[in-house]
Amino acid sequence: MFRYSSAFVWLGVAAMGLTTLPAFAQTPNEVLATLKTAAAGEPNFQEFSAARGEQFFKVKHGKEWSCTSCHTDNPAAQGKHADTGKAIQPIAPSANAERFTDMAKVEKWFKRNCNDVLGRACTPQEKGDVLSYLLTVKK
Amino acid sequence: MLKTDKKFPLAIAVVALMLGISLSAAQADDDREEGYRSAGNSDKHGGKYGGENRGSSLQTIQANAKWKQECSNCHIAYVPGLLPAESWRKLMAGLDKHFGSDATLDASDAKEITAYLVDNASNRWRAPTAPLRITESAWFKSKHDSHEISPAVWKNPRVKSPANCQACHSGAEKGDFSEDKVRIPK
Ligand code: HEC
Ligand code: HEC
Ligand code: HEC
Repeated sequence: MFRYSSAFVWLGVAAMGLTTLPAFAQTPNEVLATLKTAAAGEPNFQEFSAARGEQFFKVKHGKEWSCTSCHTDNPAAQGKHADTGKAIQPIAPSANAERFTDMAKVEKWFKRNCNDVLGRACTPQEKGDVLSYLLTVKK
Repeated sequence: MLKTDKKFPLAIAVVALMLGISLSAAQADDDREEGYRSAGNSDKHGGKYGGENRGSSLQTIQANAKWKQECSNCHIAYVPGLLPAESWRKLMAGLDKHFGSDATLDASDAKEITAYLVDNASNRWRAPTAPLRITESAWFKSKHDSHEISPAVWKNPRVKSPANCQACHSGAEKGDFSEDKVRIPK
């Protein structure tokens, strides 16, 4: 029940967003391209894969949390911080036009969240896989 | 233990100095309703709550934009007057291990935010203590003890954590904790 009503709120917010689109520095596809340049330079590079990204996003990596602990199983839905309960706006670009439009912000949060979930930084390959997955998520 | 401490004379001087400061500055803006509770613990370091008191004015008149942006993602941005300057310095020096989360900032943002927090920290904190948690300070414990709030309230999932100020104080983000706005979730 809760999920449906919040989904409607988000539809409303998204609709308003369309009429007043702010000027973002980058598009999510440009961010993906930047990640690809970094990943392609690494040994064992494989084409980014949404399926691998989804798997990575949804499983635990030896610690208490997975990405879904805060961003939920549905990246288009509003999330909730696992510790504090604070609402987190949807992480999928289809549901939140601000996502993946600022490389510095993207890298800052990958660093923090990967550290919390994996106890290390994510590789460019992992980041690219995750973003590829998030770009396939429909509202 | 103190008696054998070589620094004892210095400690007396520091405490005396603190008492002096607190007598001149803190007394004027103490809230009347707190007076009766202070009797037991006011003399140790001067001021109420054993010297662990929040600032006299918590409302942020001029909120720093960086602070607002960087400290409000995982919880509300806690206004600076809730803790003393030394707490903020310590907290900002350990953002890589921030209550079990990585909250690192780049150096220039960290510097700007630290300065803002330190400049606007509690002006009524007299004790030489510097807790990292607001919820561990004496003023917080006193204001949220079992006389004010039944222990069952803290188990309510809508409250989740005592650090979740806005569960009960709708104006928390603005530093408004006034009694008439307190609403404990059912
Ligand atoms: C403990 C909670 C938590 C976990 C676990 C978590 N995140 Fe996040 N994440 C956040 C918060 C909070 C934000 C910033 C909120 C905002 O911008 O609204 C965020 C933001 C992000 C962003 C920034 C996107 C943008 O452009 O705004 C990315 C990317 C991200 N998270 C990826 C991940 C990945 C990948 C994982 C798993 C490895 C993960 N997160 C796990 C809490 C979490
Ligand atoms: C990546 C997420 C994250 C970011 C960003 C973050 N914090 Fe926190 N913070 C937490 C978590 C998690 C807790 C523990 C909450 C709890 O115990 O309920 C916490 C707790 C705190 C507390 C203690 C609250 C209490 O009394 O228990 C303070 C003070 C605090 N943060 C200040 C800051 C400041 C200042 C910033 C900005 C520089 C900041 N935080 C940014 C995650 C974050
Ligand atoms: C479970 C609900 C609840 C939570 C969570 C909570 N408070 Fe309170 N708070 C109260 C109640 C109830 C009072 C008592 C009001 C009164 O003085 O009668 C109070 C009083 C206060 C006061 C004194 C107000 C005054 O004018 O005397 C301050 C300041 C305050 N809280 C700050 C905080 C901060 C900061 C946090 C988060 C770190 C917090 N509170 C979390 C319920 C809560």
